[in-house]
Amino acid sequence: MDRRIRVLIAKPGLDGHDRGAKVVARALRDAGMEVIYTGLRQTPEMIVSAAIQEDVDAIGLSILSGAHMHYFREVKRLLEEQGASDILLFGGGIIPDEDVPRLKELGVAAVFGPGTSTQDIVDFLKRAVPERWRAQGLA
Amino acid sequence: MRKKHDWLRETYQKSLEKMPERPVAHRTLSDIAPDPLYTPEDIGVLDPEYEEKRGYPGEYPYTRGVYGSMYRSKLWTMRMFAGFGTAEQTNERFKKLLKAGQTGLSVAFDLPTLMGYDSDHPLSKGEVGKCGVAVSSLADMEILFEGINLEEVTTSMTINSPANAIWAMYLAVAKKRGHDWKKLGGTIQNDILKEFIAQKEFIFPPEPSVKLVIDTFEWGPKNVPKWNFISVSGYHIREAGSTAVQELAWTLADGFEYVEAALKRGLDVDEFAPRISFFFDVHNDFFEEIAKFRAARRIWAKEMRHRYGAKNPQSWMLRTHAQTAGVSLTAQQPLNNIARVAIQALAAVLGGTNSLHTDAYDEALALPTEESATIALRTQQIIAYESGVTHTIDPLAGSYYVEWLTDEMERQAMAIIEEIRRMGGVVRAIEEGYFLRELAEASYRYQQEVERKERIIVGVNAFTDEIPLKVPIQLVDPEVERVQAERLARVRRERDPKRVEEALAGLRRAAVEGQNTMPHFVECALAYCTLGEMMDVLREVYGTYQEPAYV
Repeated sequence: MDRRIRVLIAKPGLDGHDRGAKVVARALRDAGMEVIYTGLRQTPEMIVSAAIQEDVDAIGLSILSGAHMHYFREVKRLLEEQGASDILLFGGGIIPDEDVPRLKELGVAAVFGPGTSTQDIVDFLKRAVPERWRAQGLA
Repeated sequence: MRKKHDWLRETYQKSLEKMPERPVAHRTLSDIAPDPLYTPEDIGVLDPEYEEKRGYPGEYPYTRGVYGSMYRSKLWTMRMFAGFGTAEQTNERFKKLLKAGQTGLSVAFDLPTLMGYDSDHPLSKGEVGKCGVAVSSLADMEILFEGINLEEVTTSMTINSPANAIWAMYLAVAKKRGHDWKKLGGTIQNDILKEFIAQKEFIFPPEPSVKLVIDTFEWGPKNVPKWNFISVSGYHIREAGSTAVQELAWTLADGFEYVEAALKRGLDVDEFAPRISFFFDVHNDFFEEIAKFRAARRIWAKEMRHRYGAKNPQSWMLRTHAQTAGVSLTAQQPLNNIARVAIQALAAVLGGTNSLHTDAYDEALALPTEESATIALRTQQIIAYESGVTHTIDPLAGSYYVEWLTDEMERQAMAIIEEIRRMGGVVRAIEEGYFLRELAEASYRYQQEVERKERIIVGVNAFTDEIPLKVPIQLVDPEVERVQAERLARVRRERDPKRVEEALAGLRRAAVEGQNTMPHFVECALAYCTLGEMMDVLREVYGTYQEPAYV
């Protein structure tokens, strides 16, 4: 399979702590993926429109501010609204365990907390994205 | 070499006259009574560089501490960073912390406030009261400090881009209550350069941002003389992934950049420099952290004296707050963080910090609960009252390793400071993406070391548990947004619109004409202009800053 996985890494909201987002972006790139980093302070609208324009397979949101429920819900809603719900949504940051099942219910495919190895995120994408391709008959 | 006896008779005595020794037993548990200080004399060795490099506490170059008697007389200020939800909720937490023996307040603001938006702005949605307290106008500030005597506590406020406006609101509360500004003590963080380097809560481009900071340098000493109008902050630089040496170098380089900007405005270095304070991170590498504090004081003293020509010893003294490293805390086995915080806090104390915040064990999960915040404060109290490290000043001086490491960190930091100077200063280095590149490299290298298990993090990449331990976490009431929106609506309804308009017009004029903005911020605060209104005026005049998206 030589198709390369395309991932958008985004920092929604007002928070500027981008260490995790950048470390993950770099690790995914080192693992052979194409990575687009949005930069800081993106609205859900900006994130979804960038994801569609860039034709990505997955969106990773990095949120430490406690506003994760709001942003994941908005991004998911907009993806559905724009017929792009096949884009895999995942994320990480400071997200309490209690909220993880609620995020999964929204359709967030994976939530990576502090201390996650970047290899786990790489492995997750290498497994989940081709599954989607197969499901869509693309691979 | 000057004799220890002479220092005891002169500097130490003078310090005691101002602040006598604390009435506790300065004796070990075996009843040995240590001297306030030990020097090469005490063990009969020669140290030809002693005076130049180490010297005495309370004397240039301050390697061994900025005050003559340090913790023998006065412990560091225990200043816990707190803030969440509404002003009412945070006010309640403040009162509990003061009752628990905390000696200073430190306000955490939420992201909309840090970015200069009112709580009811569309971009604030989902963020109000989340990582700090929401303050959109004087009405919030009044509630935040209700029942707290502003002349009795000192207050630190972690605010940067909107620092002038938030400080003005605090001063307006004091004014309305009849306090004398000359008696107020505290700190506004107000360090915009590190926002461009690391934390990224900037609003305006670097140049007007620095201009606003220098307004406080000019206005502060004349109006609120005991206030530290800046806390030059390495903390966020370190948390964003720098090494300790980079943190040391970049923070001091930022400090020098402000000094140069203030000199360019024609200010007298000895008038503003004594009110510059600092803020460092304390990570796990115990001796490296101790050496960092000692090297920081020495570099600042030398440069302020020789490069910037400061004559007042107060201008040479690097006074610092410290915070244990939030980024070192693990979500796995969270109770282990209590041990990490204790080690880090001990390093800060042995490094001679003047003020300290200890993180709560649950901060990799959420904001601290009341219980976890109390344990963090108790950790400082155990170090202060039970460990005995306060019996003698700078007890690790003369350790071969600590002295060597202090010299080495000074050498490496100065090399970086010189490199930044060659680039044309911090603002130029920001514009060239220097810090972004260096941070990305350092944080990625660290992450890889952890993943390859070259660095062991207990509970994360070694000694892990099958079943995770659950701890209770603090949740923020979703009602906050509604409460804030209602209060804002009331403020807008009840204030004098003419006064608001005039105050904002005055601020605009000052910004356009390059005048000092501080008097206008105070007038705006008193008129109940909202934070968003004040910042919008400046957004129009100065424009906003977009960082290049570099990975």
